[in-house]
Amino acid sequence: MVLKGEILIPGGNVKGECLALSAAISFWGGVDPRTGMIIDARHPERDRNIAGTVLALPGTIGSSSASAVLLELVHAGNAPAAILMDAPDAILLLGLVVAREMGWPTPPALRLPASQQAALAGKTLLISSDGNIAVQ
Amino acid sequence: MLQLTDEERAIASGARGGGSAMALRIVAEAARLMGARRLIPVASAHIDGALYHGDSGTLFAEKLVEGGARVAVRATLNVGSLAPAGCAAIRLAAHQRDMAARMMRAYEAMGCEPSWTCAPYQAGHRPAQGSDVAWGESNAVVFCNSVLGARTNRYGDFLDIACAIAGRAPDYGLHRAENRVAELLLDVGGLSKELRRSDVFYPVLGTFLGRAAGSTVVVIEGLQDCTTEDRLKALGAAAASAGGVGLFHVAGVTPEAPDLATALGDRPPKQRIVLTHQEMQATLARLSTAGATDRIDAVAIGSPHLSLKEMGELENLLADRTLSRPLYANTGRHVLQPLEAQGRRKRLEAAGVIFVVDTCVVVTPILPEIEGAVLMTNSGKFAQYAPGNTGYAVTYGSLSECVESAVAGRLVREPRTWS
Repeated sequence: MVLKGEILIPGGNVKGECLALSAAISFWGGVDPRTGMIIDARHPERDRNIAGTVLALPGTIGSSSASAVLLELVHAGNAPAAILMDAPDAILLLGLVVAREMGWPTPPALRLPASQQAALAGKTLLISSDGNIAVQ
Repeated sequence: MLQLTDEERAIASGARGGGSAMALRIVAEAARLMGARRLIPVASAHIDGALYHGDSGTLFAEKLVEGGARVAVRATLNVGSLAPAGCAAIRLAAHQRDMAARMMRAYEAMGCEPSWTCAPYQAGHRPAQGSDVAWGESNAVVFCNSVLGARTNRYGDFLDIACAIAGRAPDYGLHRAENRVAELLLDVGGLSKELRRSDVFYPVLGTFLGRAAGSTVVVIEGLQDCTTEDRLKALGAAAASAGGVGLFHVAGVTPEAPDLATALGDRPPKQRIVLTHQEMQATLARLSTAGATDRIDAVAIGSPHLSLKEMGELENLLADRTLSRPLYANTGRHVLQPLEAQGRRKRLEAAGVIFVVDTCVVVTPILPEIEGAVLMTNSGKFAQYAPGNTGYAVTYGSLSECVESAVAGRLVREPRTWS
């Protein structure tokens, strides 16, 4: 099965297991910037680690420091391999824009409706630079 | 589709150096992601990005400095993680302290003013009504939009300094007049005038507003002759920390709401909420997390940073008594300097007040680690963030209750009717 995502932030070909969140998340206060662990006590995927996953976000809760958390994850090598999001969150994605400016390896971000995300949970996904999402 | 001018494209390609190019590319990318069609000039900036969250933010600021970046417009700085003006001790480890200090120096090196306050609007930075600016820090953003009538979105880390260097911001959201019209009407006229004229009401109202409105623009009816600048400051800060509020209007009070119809753009509101006594009680209860205890380990006031007027109210309530619990008074150097010059700082410190200047107790480790500790505060924003960021449970109360409790060493309540 191959899905097509709209490219928000371009990147290379990446592979990873899909961590599909079942609720919206705030990166600031919700994800530990040092480890990538989900620390929001009320989040259903608490204690899962987003590092190296293809992270599917059904929604994000805006915080003006979300970009700082994502940049910190990229810098420390704890970022997701790729991000799939229902709606583009410019503040979060700014973390990737800045990472690219810093010359750090930047995970791609694609737009994929939340309705298509849940079925990908736990599957290994191959994301290509043209926006194709292949389920292995 | 975003259109850049020839000049903007030249800057993005390096015509004014690497730092300016990087800043302009970041602003342009943000504009593309937000669906803006162009960039617009901004008159000033308030920078929240100099608070240390990790080494990457320091490296970003230093890369801008190395690229020769300077702010193109007036740019004040929000709180940092350290307190160069002294006062309370900060328990940061050596590496973090060093990186936080490097970050603060980098922002100053780009020409930002070392204001180090979350209330820049009370430290002489008040943009003109109708002007476009790029401000960060949610309470400063909501004050700037609502009370000053200047226009800004909630600019977060990296984008705030990028806009200040570029002198431009994406044309979207609250920069555009059509997005500043209220769609939600909140009627508080049913509550007693006594309550509406008390300071302690405003953080509770703000918390209710944040939860009810999210990021919808609201107009509040029923506060004519009730507000002060510090009350509007407390209302906005609570609303912006409990929800995504970037702009509110108060009919007959704030500059874009000379009357209700104007604030609503001469249309009926899409939604109308009448604030009841029961909802006030429920919101008030949610502000405290400590439960039914009279334990108080510390008091914190000043989120947003205390004004000189609020310091005067603290002095009046203290009335030369000595505190038996520490009272952390969070403020900026714009307030500490006149207090010092007038000999008032020494007297307050002798009474047991601990000044926290250039920073605050919820953004950097200052409060001592105590098992089961309870913090009392009159700030809706402290009440929101203290449990998660400091480990202290919170008890919310008026400034007078905070002072009496700090003197007594246990919770002191005053009779008050929340209707």
